[in-house]
Amino acid sequence: MAARDAIISPGALAVAEQRLTAYRHFWRSSLVSSVLEPALFLAAMGLTLGVLVDRGTGLPDGVAYLSFLAPGLLAAAAMQLGSFESTYPVLGAIKWQKTYEAVLATPAGVRDLLVGHLLYVAFRVGTSAALFLGVLVLFGAADSLLVLLALPAALLTGMAFAAPVTAFSATLENDPGFAALQRFGILPMFLFSGTFFPVAQLPAFFEAVAYATPLWHGVSLARGLALGTIEAGPALLHVGYLLLWSVVGAALAVRTFTRRLVT
Amino acid sequence: MQQDGALIRARGLVKRFGGFTAVDGIDVDVAPGEAFGFLGPNGAGKSSTMRMIGAVSPPTSGELRVLGLDPSADGPAIRARLGVVPQTDNLDVEITVEENLLVYGRYFGLPRPLLRERARELLEFVQLSDRAGDRVEPLSGGMKRRLTIARALVNEPDVVLLDEPTTGLDPQARHVLWERLYRLKQRGVTLVLTTHYMDEAEQLCDRLVVMDKGRIAAEGSPAELIRRYATREVLELRFPVLEGQPGPERYVPDLDPVVRQGAVERVEVLPDRLLLYTPDGDAALSAVTGSGLHPLSSLVRRSSLEDVFLRLTGRTLVD
Repeated sequence: MAARDAIISPGALAVAEQRLTAYRHFWRSSLVSSVLEPALFLAAMGLTLGVLVDRGTGLPDGVAYLSFLAPGLLAAAAMQLGSFESTYPVLGAIKWQKTYEAVLATPAGVRDLLVGHLLYVAFRVGTSAALFLGVLVLFGAADSLLVLLALPAALLTGMAFAAPVTAFSATLENDPGFAALQRFGILPMFLFSGTFFPVAQLPAFFEAVAYATPLWHGVSLARGLALGTIEAGPALLHVGYLLLWSVVGAALAVRTFTRRLVT
Repeated sequence: MQQDGALIRARGLVKRFGGFTAVDGIDVDVAPGEAFGFLGPNGAGKSSTMRMIGAVSPPTSGELRVLGLDPSADGPAIRARLGVVPQTDNLDVEITVEENLLVYGRYFGLPRPLLRERARELLEFVQLSDRAGDRVEPLSGGMKRRLTIARALVNEPDVVLLDEPTTGLDPQARHVLWERLYRLKQRGVTLVLTTHYMDEAEQLCDRLVVMDKGRIAAEGSPAELIRRYATREVLELRFPVLEGQPGPERYVPDLDPVVRQGAVERVEVLPDRLLLYTPDGDAALSAVTGSGLHPLSSLVRRSSLEDVFLRLTGRTLVD
Protein backbone atom coordinates (compact mmCIF):
# COMPACT_ATOMS: atom_id res chain seq x y z
CA MET A 1 0.00 0.00 0.00
CA ALA A 2 2.88 2.36 0.77
CA ALA A 3 4.21 2.12 -2.79
CA ARG A 4 0.75 2.80 -4.14
CA ASP A 5 0.49 5.99 -2.08
CA ALA A 6 3.81 7.38 -3.37
CA ILE A 7 3.50 10.10 -6.02
CA ILE A 8 5.53 8.08 -8.50
CA SER A 9 3.63 4.89 -7.74
CA PRO A 10 3.81 1.56 -9.61
CA GLY A 11 0.55 2.58 -11.31
CA ALA A 12 2.05 5.86 -12.54
CA LEU A 13 5.11 4.03 -13.83
CA ALA A 14 2.83 1.59 -15.67
CA VAL A 15 1.04 4.55 -17.32
CA ALA A 16 4.40 5.96 -18.44
CA GLU A 17 5.46 2.53 -19.63
CA GLN A 18 2.34 2.22 -21.78
CA ARG A 19 3.10 5.58 -23.41
CA LEU A 20 6.74 4.65 -23.96
CA THR A 21 5.63 1.38 -25.56
CA ALA A 22 3.64 3.38 -28.09
CA TYR A 23 6.50 5.85 -28.48
CA ARG A 24 8.80 3.02 -29.54
CA HIS A 25 6.64 2.74 -32.66
CA PHE A 26 7.10 6.35 -33.76
CA TRP A 27 10.18 7.74 -32.04
CA ARG A 28 12.09 8.34 -35.26
CA SER A 29 9.60 10.69 -36.81
CA SER A 30 8.98 12.45 -33.49
CA LEU A 31 12.68 13.10 -32.93
CA VAL A 32 13.09 14.51 -36.41
CA SER A 33 10.22 16.93 -35.96
CA SER A 34 11.10 18.00 -32.42
CA VAL A 35 14.67 18.82 -33.48
CA LEU A 36 14.11 20.00 -37.01
CA GLU A 37 11.72 22.81 -36.14
CA PRO A 38 13.91 24.63 -33.62
CA ALA A 39 16.94 23.96 -35.86
CA LEU A 40 15.18 25.69 -38.75
CA PHE A 41 14.36 28.69 -36.56
CA LEU A 42 17.93 28.72 -35.35
CA ALA A 43 19.23 28.73 -38.91
CA ALA A 44 16.77 31.30 -40.21
CA MET A 45 16.83 33.76 -37.33
CA GLY A 46 20.14 33.05 -35.64
CA LEU A 47 22.43 32.84 -38.63
CA THR A 48 20.86 35.38 -40.96
CA LEU A 49 18.84 37.85 -38.94
CA GLY A 50 21.42 37.47 -36.19
CA VAL A 51 24.18 38.83 -38.39
CA LEU A 52 22.13 42.01 -38.96
CA VAL A 53 21.42 42.33 -35.24
CA ASP A 54 25.05 41.90 -34.32
CA ARG A 55 26.17 44.45 -36.95
CA GLY A 56 23.53 46.95 -35.76
CA THR A 57 22.94 48.19 -32.24
CA GLY A 58 23.39 44.64 -30.99
CA LEU A 59 22.11 43.12 -27.74
CA PRO A 60 22.80 44.39 -24.23
CA ASP A 61 26.19 43.26 -22.92
CA GLY A 62 27.34 42.51 -26.46
CA VAL A 63 25.92 38.98 -26.51
CA ALA A 64 25.98 37.42 -29.99
CA TYR A 65 22.40 36.98 -31.28
CA LEU A 66 22.85 33.26 -31.95
CA SER A 67 23.93 32.71 -28.32
CA PHE A 68 20.97 34.80 -27.17
CA LEU A 69 18.47 32.98 -29.35
CA ALA A 70 19.54 29.37 -28.82
CA PRO A 71 18.53 28.94 -25.14
CA GLY A 72 15.33 30.92 -25.82
CA LEU A 73 14.37 28.53 -28.61
CA LEU A 74 15.21 25.61 -26.36
CA ALA A 75 12.74 26.83 -23.72
CA ALA A 76 10.11 27.72 -26.33
CA ALA A 77 10.39 24.28 -27.94
CA ALA A 78 9.91 22.73 -24.49
CA MET A 79 6.77 24.82 -24.04
CA GLN A 80 5.40 23.66 -27.38
CA LEU A 81 6.13 19.99 -26.87
CA GLY A 82 4.95 20.00 -23.25
CA SER A 83 1.68 21.66 -24.28
CA PHE A 84 1.04 19.65 -27.40
CA GLU A 85 1.64 16.31 -25.68
CA SER A 86 -0.99 17.34 -23.14
CA THR A 87 -3.70 18.26 -25.64
CA TYR A 88 -4.79 15.64 -28.21
CA PRO A 89 -3.16 12.68 -26.46
CA VAL A 90 -5.00 13.52 -23.20
CA LEU A 91 -8.41 14.25 -24.68
CA GLY A 92 -8.03 11.20 -26.94
CA ALA A 93 -7.27 8.97 -23.97
CA ILE A 94 -10.31 10.37 -22.14
CA LYS A 95 -12.80 10.53 -24.96
CA TRP A 96 -11.83 8.94 -28.25
CA GLN A 97 -9.73 5.86 -27.49
CA LYS A 98 -10.92 5.78 -23.85
CA THR A 99 -7.62 4.27 -22.76
CA TYR A 100 -7.89 6.10 -19.41
CA GLU A 101 -11.12 4.21 -18.75
CA ALA A 102 -9.20 0.97 -19.32
CA VAL A 103 -6.52 2.04 -16.84
CA LEU A 104 -9.04 3.06 -14.20
CA ALA A 105 -10.53 -0.45 -14.31
CA THR A 106 -7.22 -1.67 -12.81
CA PRO A 107 -5.83 -0.89 -9.34
CA ALA A 108 -4.40 2.36 -10.79
CA GLY A 109 -6.25 5.60 -10.03
CA VAL A 110 -6.71 9.10 -11.39
CA ARG A 111 -3.52 10.38 -9.78
CA ASP A 112 -1.52 7.57 -11.38
CA LEU A 113 -2.91 8.56 -14.78
CA LEU A 114 -1.81 12.13 -14.29
CA VAL A 115 1.61 11.43 -12.81
CA GLY A 116 2.32 8.78 -15.45
CA HIS A 117 1.33 11.19 -18.20
CA LEU A 118 3.59 13.93 -16.78
CA LEU A 119 6.48 11.47 -16.42
CA TYR A 120 6.12 10.58 -20.07
CA VAL A 121 5.95 14.25 -21.11
CA ALA A 122 9.05 14.94 -19.00
CA PHE A 123 10.83 12.16 -20.85
CA ARG A 124 9.78 13.59 -24.22
CA VAL A 125 10.69 17.17 -23.33
CA GLY A 126 13.99 16.09 -21.77
CA THR A 127 15.13 13.93 -24.68
CA SER A 128 14.08 16.54 -27.24
CA ALA A 129 15.93 19.27 -25.35
CA ALA A 130 19.05 17.09 -25.09
CA LEU A 131 18.99 16.41 -28.80
CA PHE A 132 18.46 20.08 -29.59
CA LEU A 133 21.43 20.95 -27.39
CA GLY A 134 23.46 18.47 -29.44
CA VAL A 135 22.41 20.33 -32.60
CA LEU A 136 23.45 23.62 -30.96
CA VAL A 137 26.90 22.30 -30.25
CA LEU A 138 27.18 21.13 -33.86
CA PHE A 139 26.05 24.58 -35.05
CA GLY A 140 28.85 26.09 -33.01
CA ALA A 141 26.16 28.09 -31.22
CA ALA A 142 27.40 26.99 -27.81
CA ASP A 143 30.04 29.36 -26.47
CA SER A 144 30.65 27.15 -23.50
CA LEU A 145 29.36 23.96 -21.98
CA LEU A 146 27.31 26.13 -19.63
CA VAL A 147 24.63 25.79 -22.29
CA LEU A 148 24.01 22.27 -20.96
CA LEU A 149 22.59 23.87 -17.82
CA ALA A 150 19.73 25.10 -19.96
CA LEU A 151 18.45 21.50 -20.17
CA PRO A 152 16.85 21.35 -16.71
CA ALA A 153 15.47 24.85 -17.30
CA ALA A 154 13.82 23.64 -20.51
CA LEU A 155 12.45 20.58 -18.71
CA LEU A 156 10.92 22.74 -16.00
CA THR A 157 9.44 25.05 -18.65
CA GLY A 158 7.89 22.07 -20.43
CA MET A 159 6.25 20.87 -17.21
CA ALA A 160 5.00 24.35 -16.31
CA PHE A 161 2.93 24.10 -19.50
CA ALA A 162 2.18 20.38 -19.55
CA ALA A 163 0.44 20.34 -16.16
CA PRO A 164 -2.06 23.20 -16.65
CA VAL A 165 -2.71 22.24 -20.29
CA THR A 166 -3.50 18.70 -19.13
CA ALA A 167 -5.98 20.14 -16.63
CA PHE A 168 -7.53 22.22 -19.42
CA SER A 169 -7.75 19.31 -21.89
CA ALA A 170 -9.75 17.24 -19.40
CA THR A 171 -12.47 19.92 -19.43
CA LEU A 172 -12.99 19.88 -23.21
CA GLU A 173 -15.67 18.05 -25.13
CA ASN A 174 -13.96 18.54 -28.47
CA ASP A 175 -10.80 19.88 -30.04
CA PRO A 176 -11.55 23.51 -31.06
CA GLY A 177 -10.33 24.45 -27.58
CA PHE A 178 -6.84 23.40 -28.66
CA ALA A 179 -6.84 25.81 -31.60
CA ALA A 180 -7.80 28.63 -29.22
CA LEU A 181 -5.06 27.62 -26.80
CA GLN A 182 -2.52 27.67 -29.64
CA ARG A 183 -3.73 31.00 -31.09
CA PHE A 184 -4.26 32.99 -27.92
CA GLY A 185 -1.77 31.33 -25.60
CA ILE A 186 1.11 29.41 -27.06
CA LEU A 187 1.81 31.40 -30.24
CA PRO A 188 1.74 34.89 -28.66
CA MET A 189 4.00 33.66 -25.88
CA PHE A 190 6.36 32.11 -28.41
CA LEU A 191 6.64 35.44 -30.24
CA PHE A 192 6.58 37.97 -27.39
CA SER A 193 7.98 36.35 -24.23
CA GLY A 194 11.63 36.98 -24.89
CA THR A 195 12.52 34.09 -27.17
CA PHE A 196 13.56 36.34 -30.08
CA PHE A 197 14.21 39.74 -28.44
CA PRO A 198 14.49 41.19 -24.93
CA VAL A 199 10.98 41.99 -23.64
CA ALA A 200 12.24 45.47 -22.68
CA GLN A 201 11.62 46.24 -26.38
CA LEU A 202 7.87 45.88 -25.79
CA PRO A 203 5.58 48.79 -24.82
CA ALA A 204 5.41 49.01 -21.03
CA PHE A 205 2.04 47.30 -20.66
CA PHE A 206 2.98 44.33 -22.81
CA GLU A 207 6.32 44.11 -21.10
CA ALA A 208 4.50 43.67 -17.80
CA VAL A 209 2.29 40.98 -19.38
CA ALA A 210 5.39 39.19 -20.66
CA TYR A 211 6.84 39.03 -17.14
CA ALA A 212 3.73 37.18 -16.02
CA THR A 213 4.05 34.44 -18.64
CA PRO A 214 5.73 31.23 -17.59
CA LEU A 215 7.61 31.18 -20.89
CA TRP A 216 9.46 34.43 -20.07
CA HIS A 217 10.69 32.86 -16.84
CA GLY A 218 11.69 29.69 -18.67
CA VAL A 219 13.50 31.61 -21.39
CA SER A 220 15.24 33.88 -18.87
CA LEU A 221 16.34 30.93 -16.74
CA ALA A 222 17.62 28.93 -19.71
CA ARG A 223 19.36 31.94 -21.18
CA GLY A 224 20.89 33.11 -17.93
CA LEU A 225 22.27 29.63 -17.26
CA ALA A 226 23.54 29.16 -20.80
CA LEU A 227 25.30 32.54 -20.85
CA GLY A 228 26.52 32.19 -17.28
CA THR A 229 25.03 35.57 -16.42
CA ILE A 230 22.28 34.58 -14.02
CA GLU A 231 22.28 35.49 -10.35
CA ALA A 232 20.85 33.42 -7.53
CA GLY A 233 17.89 35.69 -6.75
CA PRO A 234 16.33 35.83 -10.22
CA ALA A 235 17.18 32.17 -10.80
CA LEU A 236 15.23 31.16 -7.70
CA LEU A 237 12.35 33.39 -8.73
CA HIS A 238 12.19 31.76 -12.20
CA VAL A 239 12.42 28.24 -10.77
CA GLY A 240 9.81 29.05 -8.14
CA TYR A 241 7.41 30.55 -10.68
CA LEU A 242 7.74 27.59 -13.06
CA LEU A 243 7.28 25.15 -10.19
CA LEU A 244 4.18 27.06 -9.14
CA TRP A 245 2.63 26.60 -12.59
CA SER A 246 3.59 22.92 -12.57
CA VAL A 247 2.24 22.18 -9.11
CA VAL A 248 -0.94 24.25 -9.36
CA GLY A 249 -1.51 22.83 -12.85
CA ALA A 250 -1.12 19.28 -11.56
CA ALA A 251 -3.47 19.94 -8.64
CA LEU A 252 -6.06 21.36 -11.04
CA ALA A 253 -5.57 18.36 -13.34
CA VAL A 254 -6.35 15.96 -10.49
CA ARG A 255 -9.61 17.86 -10.03
CA THR A 256 -10.56 18.01 -13.72
CA PHE A 257 -9.58 14.35 -14.24
CA THR A 258 -11.65 13.27 -11.24
CA ARG A 259 -14.66 15.30 -12.36
CA ARG A 260 -14.41 13.90 -15.87
CA LEU A 261 -13.48 10.28 -15.21
CA VAL A 262 -14.98 9.32 -11.85
CA THR A 263 -18.72 9.64 -12.37
CA MET B 1 -12.01 -15.97 -2.19
CA GLN B 2 -14.85 -15.96 0.29
CA GLN B 3 -16.41 -19.33 0.82
CA ASP B 4 -19.63 -18.13 2.35
CA GLY B 5 -22.26 -16.36 0.32
CA ALA B 6 -22.12 -13.87 -2.43
CA LEU B 7 -19.16 -12.46 -4.37
CA ILE B 8 -21.25 -9.43 -5.12
CA ARG B 9 -23.98 -8.18 -2.83
CA ALA B 10 -26.04 -5.05 -3.36
CA ARG B 11 -28.93 -3.76 -1.22
CA GLY B 12 -30.96 -0.75 -2.23
CA LEU B 13 -28.20 0.33 -4.62
CA VAL B 14 -28.85 3.74 -6.20
CA LYS B 15 -26.96 5.77 -8.82
CA ARG B 16 -28.03 9.29 -9.71
CA PHE B 17 -26.50 11.66 -12.22
CA GLY B 18 -27.77 15.10 -11.27
CA GLY B 19 -31.56 14.78 -11.34
CA PHE B 20 -31.54 11.56 -13.37
CA THR B 21 -31.82 8.27 -11.52
CA ALA B 22 -29.98 5.59 -13.52
CA VAL B 23 -30.20 2.84 -10.90
CA ASP B 24 -33.14 3.02 -8.55
CA GLY B 25 -32.61 0.79 -5.54
CA ILE B 26 -31.64 -2.69 -6.69
CA ASP B 27 -30.79 -5.82 -4.69
CA VAL B 28 -28.35 -8.25 -6.29
CA ASP B 29 -26.46 -11.35 -5.13
CA VAL B 30 -23.93 -13.09 -7.33
CA ALA B 31 -22.57 -16.42 -6.13
CA PRO B 32 -19.05 -17.71 -6.85
CA GLY B 33 -18.76 -19.56 -10.15
CA GLU B 34 -22.08 -18.54 -11.62
CA ALA B 35 -22.78 -16.61 -14.80
CA PHE B 36 -25.06 -13.78 -13.83
CA GLY B 37 -26.77 -11.46 -16.28
CA PHE B 38 -28.43 -8.07 -16.32
CA LEU B 39 -30.96 -8.17 -19.15
CA GLY B 40 -32.68 -5.00 -20.25
CA PRO B 41 -33.00 -2.42 -22.99
CA ASN B 42 -30.58 0.47 -23.50
CA GLY B 43 -30.91 2.97 -20.66
CA ALA B 44 -32.17 0.42 -18.13
CA GLY B 45 -29.25 1.16 -15.77
CA LYS B 46 -27.18 -1.93 -16.59
CA SER B 47 -23.92 -0.15 -17.39
CA SER B 48 -24.20 2.16 -14.38
CA THR B 49 -24.64 -0.91 -12.20
CA MET B 50 -21.61 -2.57 -13.79
CA ARG B 51 -19.47 0.52 -13.24
CA MET B 52 -20.41 0.58 -9.56
CA ILE B 53 -19.57 -3.11 -9.21
CA GLY B 54 -16.30 -2.44 -11.04
CA ALA B 55 -15.37 0.07 -8.30
CA VAL B 56 -14.96 2.92 -10.77
CA SER B 57 -18.24 4.72 -10.09
CA PRO B 58 -19.19 5.60 -6.52
CA PRO B 59 -22.77 4.59 -5.58
CA THR B 60 -25.10 7.44 -4.66
CA SER B 61 -26.65 5.41 -1.87
CA GLY B 62 -27.33 1.87 -0.77
CA GLU B 63 -25.02 -0.92 0.22
CA LEU B 64 -22.51 -2.63 -2.08
CA ARG B 65 -19.92 -5.28 -1.33
CA VAL B 66 -17.71 -6.75 -4.02
CA LEU B 67 -15.49 -9.71 -3.09
CA GLY B 68 -16.42 -8.91 0.49
CA LEU B 69 -14.95 -5.40 0.22
CA ASP B 70 -16.39 -1.90 0.08
CA PRO B 71 -15.76 -0.32 -3.36
CA SER B 72 -15.59 3.23 -1.99
CA ALA B 73 -12.86 2.28 0.50
CA ASP B 74 -11.07 -0.64 -1.15
CA GLY B 75 -11.37 0.19 -4.86
CA PRO B 76 -7.81 -0.77 -5.84
CA ALA B 77 -7.97 -4.09 -3.94
CA ILE B 78 -11.27 -4.96 -5.63
CA ARG B 79 -10.13 -3.92 -9.09
CA ALA B 80 -6.99 -6.04 -8.68
CA ARG B 81 -9.25 -9.12 -8.70
CA LEU B 82 -11.67 -8.09 -11.43
CA GLY B 83 -11.46 -8.36 -15.21
CA VAL B 84 -13.44 -5.73 -17.10
CA VAL B 85 -14.73 -5.86 -20.67
CA PRO B 86 -16.35 -2.46 -21.29
CA GLN B 87 -19.17 -1.73 -23.68
CA THR B 88 -16.89 -0.10 -26.28
CA ASP B 89 -13.38 -1.46 -26.75
CA ASN B 90 -10.77 0.78 -25.18
CA LEU B 91 -7.65 -0.97 -26.40
CA ASP B 92 -4.51 1.04 -27.07
CA VAL B 93 -4.64 1.17 -30.86
CA GLU B 94 -1.13 2.63 -31.16
CA ILE B 95 0.58 -0.53 -29.93
CA THR B 96 0.50 -4.19 -30.94
CA VAL B 97 -1.91 -6.91 -29.89
CA GLU B 98 0.67 -8.53 -27.61
CA GLU B 99 1.84 -5.20 -26.18
CA ASN B 100 -1.74 -4.44 -25.13
CA LEU B 101 -1.59 -7.44 -22.81
CA LEU B 102 1.94 -6.73 -21.60
CA VAL B 103 1.35 -3.10 -20.66
CA TYR B 104 -2.03 -3.85 -19.11
CA GLY B 105 -0.52 -6.49 -16.85
CA ARG B 106 1.88 -3.87 -15.50
CA TYR B 107 -1.07 -2.04 -13.94
CA PHE B 108 -1.57 -5.11 -11.77
CA GLY B 109 2.09 -5.09 -10.78
CA LEU B 110 2.86 -8.33 -12.61
CA PRO B 111 6.49 -8.99 -13.63
CA ARG B 112 7.38 -8.88 -17.33
CA PRO B 113 8.58 -12.50 -17.76
CA LEU B 114 5.32 -13.78 -16.27
CA LEU B 115 3.34 -11.45 -18.52
CA ARG B 116 5.10 -12.66 -21.66
CA GLU B 117 4.15 -16.22 -20.79
CA ARG B 118 0.57 -15.22 -19.91
CA ALA B 119 0.16 -13.13 -23.06
CA ARG B 120 1.15 -16.14 -25.14
CA GLU B 121 -1.45 -18.34 -23.41
CA LEU B 122 -4.20 -15.73 -23.55
CA LEU B 123 -3.66 -14.98 -27.23
CA GLU B 124 -3.94 -18.69 -27.87
CA PHE B 125 -7.13 -18.83 -25.79
CA VAL B 126 -8.76 -16.04 -27.81
CA GLN B 127 -7.31 -17.36 -31.10
CA LEU B 128 -5.18 -14.33 -31.87
CA SER B 129 -1.69 -15.87 -31.65
CA ASP B 130 -0.99 -15.21 -35.32
CA ARG B 131 -1.78 -11.49 -34.84
CA ALA B 132 0.43 -10.99 -31.76
CA GLY B 133 2.82 -8.57 -33.49
CA ASP B 134 0.17 -6.66 -35.46
CA ARG B 135 -1.16 -3.24 -34.58
CA VAL B 136 -4.65 -3.26 -33.07
CA GLU B 137 -6.16 -0.73 -35.46
CA PRO B 138 -6.83 -2.97 -38.50
CA LEU B 139 -8.32 -5.89 -36.51
CA SER B 140 -11.96 -6.81 -37.09
CA GLY B 141 -14.58 -5.97 -34.45
CA GLY B 142 -14.72 -9.59 -33.28
CA MET B 143 -10.94 -9.78 -32.94
CA LYS B 144 -10.78 -6.53 -30.96
CA ARG B 145 -13.49 -7.87 -28.68
CA ARG B 146 -11.55 -11.10 -28.13
CA LEU B 147 -8.40 -9.09 -27.39
CA THR B 148 -10.33 -7.00 -24.87
CA ILE B 149 -11.44 -10.23 -23.20
CA ALA B 150 -7.86 -11.55 -23.17
CA ARG B 151 -6.75 -8.28 -21.62
CA ALA B 152 -9.43 -8.60 -18.92
CA LEU B 153 -7.97 -12.00 -18.01
CA VAL B 154 -4.35 -10.89 -17.68
CA ASN B 155 -4.58 -10.65 -13.88
CA GLU B 156 -6.38 -14.03 -13.58
CA PRO B 157 -9.48 -12.36 -12.12
CA ASP B 158 -12.00 -13.99 -9.80
CA VAL B 159 -14.83 -12.13 -11.50
CA VAL B 160 -15.11 -10.94 -15.11
CA LEU B 161 -17.51 -8.07 -15.82
CA LEU B 162 -18.73 -7.96 -19.43
CA ASP B 163 -20.81 -5.01 -20.57
CA GLU B 164 -22.68 -5.90 -23.76
CA PRO B 165 -19.99 -8.37 -24.83
CA THR B 166 -21.28 -9.07 -28.34
CA THR B 167 -23.13 -5.90 -29.33
CA GLY B 168 -22.18 -4.90 -32.86
CA LEU B 169 -20.66 -8.25 -33.83
CA ASP B 170 -21.78 -10.47 -36.68
CA PRO B 171 -23.45 -13.78 -35.78
CA GLN B 172 -20.35 -15.89 -36.37
CA ALA B 173 -18.15 -13.66 -34.23
CA ARG B 174 -20.78 -13.77 -31.50
CA HIS B 175 -20.78 -17.56 -31.42
CA VAL B 176 -16.99 -17.68 -31.23
CA LEU B 177 -17.14 -15.30 -28.29
CA TRP B 178 -19.91 -17.18 -26.50
CA GLU B 179 -17.94 -20.38 -26.81
CA ARG B 180 -14.84 -18.75 -25.25
CA LEU B 181 -16.91 -17.28 -22.43
CA TYR B 182 -18.47 -20.67 -21.79
CA ARG B 183 -14.99 -22.15 -21.41
CA LEU B 184 -14.10 -19.44 -18.92
CA LYS B 185 -17.16 -20.30 -16.89
CA GLN B 186 -16.15 -23.96 -16.92
CA ARG B 187 -12.81 -22.96 -15.42
CA GLY B 188 -14.74 -21.56 -12.45
CA VAL B 189 -14.52 -17.87 -13.33
CA THR B 190 -17.55 -15.91 -12.19
CA LEU B 191 -19.10 -14.01 -15.09
CA VAL B 192 -21.29 -10.95 -14.71
CA LEU B 193 -22.64 -9.58 -17.94
CA THR B 194 -25.15 -7.14 -19.30
CA THR B 195 -26.99 -7.68 -22.53
CA HIS B 196 -30.05 -6.60 -24.39
CA TYR B 197 -30.00 -9.79 -26.44
CA MET B 198 -32.24 -12.49 -25.08
CA ASP B 199 -30.36 -15.21 -26.96
CA GLU B 200 -27.13 -14.11 -25.32
CA ALA B 201 -28.72 -14.18 -21.88
CA GLU B 202 -30.14 -17.64 -22.58
CA GLN B 203 -26.82 -18.92 -23.88
CA LEU B 204 -24.62 -17.64 -21.11
CA CYS B 205 -26.52 -16.94 -17.92
CA ASP B 206 -27.28 -19.35 -15.11
CA ARG B 207 -29.32 -16.64 -13.49
CA LEU B 208 -30.35 -13.18 -14.48
CA VAL B 209 -32.31 -10.14 -13.49
CA VAL B 210 -34.54 -8.27 -15.89
CA MET B 211 -33.87 -4.55 -15.53
CA ASP B 212 -36.12 -1.75 -16.63
CA LYS B 213 -35.87 1.95 -15.83
CA GLY B 214 -33.28 1.42 -13.10
CA ARG B 215 -35.28 -1.25 -11.30
CA ILE B 216 -35.24 -5.02 -11.23
CA ALA B 217 -38.46 -6.37 -12.67
CA ALA B 218 -37.81 -10.08 -12.15
CA GLU B 219 -35.09 -12.53 -11.21
CA GLY B 220 -34.39 -16.18 -11.93
CA SER B 221 -32.83 -18.65 -14.35
CA PRO B 222 -33.84 -18.15 -17.99
CA ALA B 223 -36.04 -21.28 -17.86
CA GLU B 224 -37.69 -20.20 -14.59
CA LEU B 225 -38.45 -16.76 -15.91
CA ILE B 226 -39.99 -18.15 -19.06
CA ARG B 227 -42.07 -20.59 -17.01
CA ARG B 228 -43.20 -17.86 -14.66
CA TYR B 229 -43.91 -15.06 -17.08
CA ALA B 230 -44.66 -16.73 -20.40
CA THR B 231 -46.35 -19.81 -21.77
CA ARG B 232 -44.57 -22.77 -23.32
CA GLU B 233 -45.18 -21.61 -26.87
CA VAL B 234 -45.99 -18.48 -28.79
CA LEU B 235 -48.09 -18.22 -31.93
CA GLU B 236 -47.15 -15.21 -34.01
CA LEU B 237 -49.79 -13.97 -36.44
CA ARG B 238 -49.35 -11.45 -39.23
CA PHE B 239 -52.30 -9.90 -41.01
CA PRO B 240 -52.51 -7.91 -44.23
CA VAL B 241 -51.63 -4.28 -43.54
CA LEU B 242 -54.19 -1.95 -45.13
CA GLU B 243 -53.34 1.68 -45.85
CA GLY B 244 -55.08 4.03 -43.42
CA GLN B 245 -56.45 1.14 -41.36
CA PRO B 246 -55.56 0.40 -37.72
CA GLY B 247 -52.78 -2.16 -37.19
CA PRO B 248 -53.08 -5.75 -35.93
CA GLU B 249 -54.96 -4.59 -32.83
CA ARG B 250 -58.19 -4.55 -34.83
CA TYR B 251 -58.12 -8.37 -34.89
CA VAL B 252 -57.91 -8.67 -31.11
CA PRO B 253 -61.69 -8.67 -30.50
CA ASP B 254 -62.02 -11.50 -33.04
CA LEU B 255 -59.68 -13.59 -30.88
CA ASP B 256 -61.90 -13.31 -27.80
CA PRO B 257 -63.62 -16.67 -28.37
CA VAL B 258 -60.25 -18.40 -28.76
CA VAL B 259 -59.06 -16.91 -25.49
CA ARG B 260 -62.31 -17.89 -23.76
CA GLN B 261 -61.91 -21.48 -24.96
CA GLY B 262 -58.56 -21.55 -23.14
CA ALA B 263 -56.47 -22.28 -26.23
CA VAL B 264 -54.69 -18.93 -25.76
CA GLU B 265 -53.83 -17.41 -22.40
CA ARG B 266 -52.83 -13.91 -23.42
CA VAL B 267 -52.49 -11.73 -26.52
CA GLU B 268 -49.78 -9.08 -27.01
CA VAL B 269 -50.01 -6.52 -29.80
CA LEU B 270 -46.84 -5.48 -31.64
CA PRO B 271 -46.83 -2.89 -34.43
CA ASP B 272 -46.58 -5.56 -37.14
CA ARG B 273 -48.01 -8.71 -35.54
CA LEU B 274 -49.93 -10.36 -32.73
CA LEU B 275 -48.31 -12.67 -30.20
CA LEU B 276 -50.60 -15.37 -28.78
CA TYR B 277 -49.28 -17.00 -25.60
CA THR B 278 -50.35 -20.61 -25.46
CA PRO B 279 -49.36 -24.02 -24.12
CA ASP B 280 -49.77 -25.49 -27.61
CA GLY B 281 -49.14 -23.31 -30.64
CA ASP B 282 -50.50 -25.67 -33.29
CA ALA B 283 -53.74 -26.18 -31.40
CA ALA B 284 -54.07 -22.43 -30.97
CA LEU B 285 -53.56 -21.91 -34.70
CA SER B 286 -56.36 -24.42 -35.49
CA ALA B 287 -58.62 -22.60 -33.05
CA VAL B 288 -57.79 -19.27 -34.72
CA THR B 289 -58.50 -20.49 -38.25
CA GLY B 290 -61.55 -22.39 -36.93
CA SER B 291 -62.98 -19.11 -35.69
CA GLY B 292 -62.85 -17.69 -39.20
CA LEU B 293 -59.69 -15.58 -38.97
CA HIS B 294 -57.19 -15.88 -41.77
CA PRO B 295 -53.77 -14.45 -40.96
CA LEU B 296 -51.33 -13.69 -43.76
CA SER B 297 -48.71 -15.84 -42.07
CA SER B 298 -48.21 -17.64 -38.80
CA LEU B 299 -45.29 -18.94 -36.80
CA VAL B 300 -45.19 -21.23 -33.78
CA ARG B 301 -42.12 -20.91 -31.56
CA ARG B 302 -40.92 -21.53 -28.01
CA SER B 303 -41.23 -18.67 -25.58
CA SER B 304 -38.06 -16.71 -24.96
CA LEU B 305 -36.77 -14.06 -22.56
CA GLU B 306 -37.98 -11.50 -25.06
CA ASP B 307 -41.52 -12.59 -24.18
CA VAL B 308 -40.72 -12.36 -20.49
CA PHE B 309 -39.51 -8.84 -21.00
CA LEU B 310 -42.57 -7.89 -23.02
CA ARG B 311 -44.80 -9.26 -20.30
CA LEU B 312 -42.94 -7.45 -17.52
CA THR B 313 -42.54 -4.07 -19.16
CA GLY B 314 -45.01 -3.93 -22.03
CA ARG B 315 -42.11 -3.17 -24.38
CA THR B 316 -39.72 -5.09 -26.59
CA LEU B 317 -36.01 -5.33 -25.81
CA VAL B 318 -34.59 -4.16 -29.10
CA ASP B 319 -36.53 -1.31 -30.64
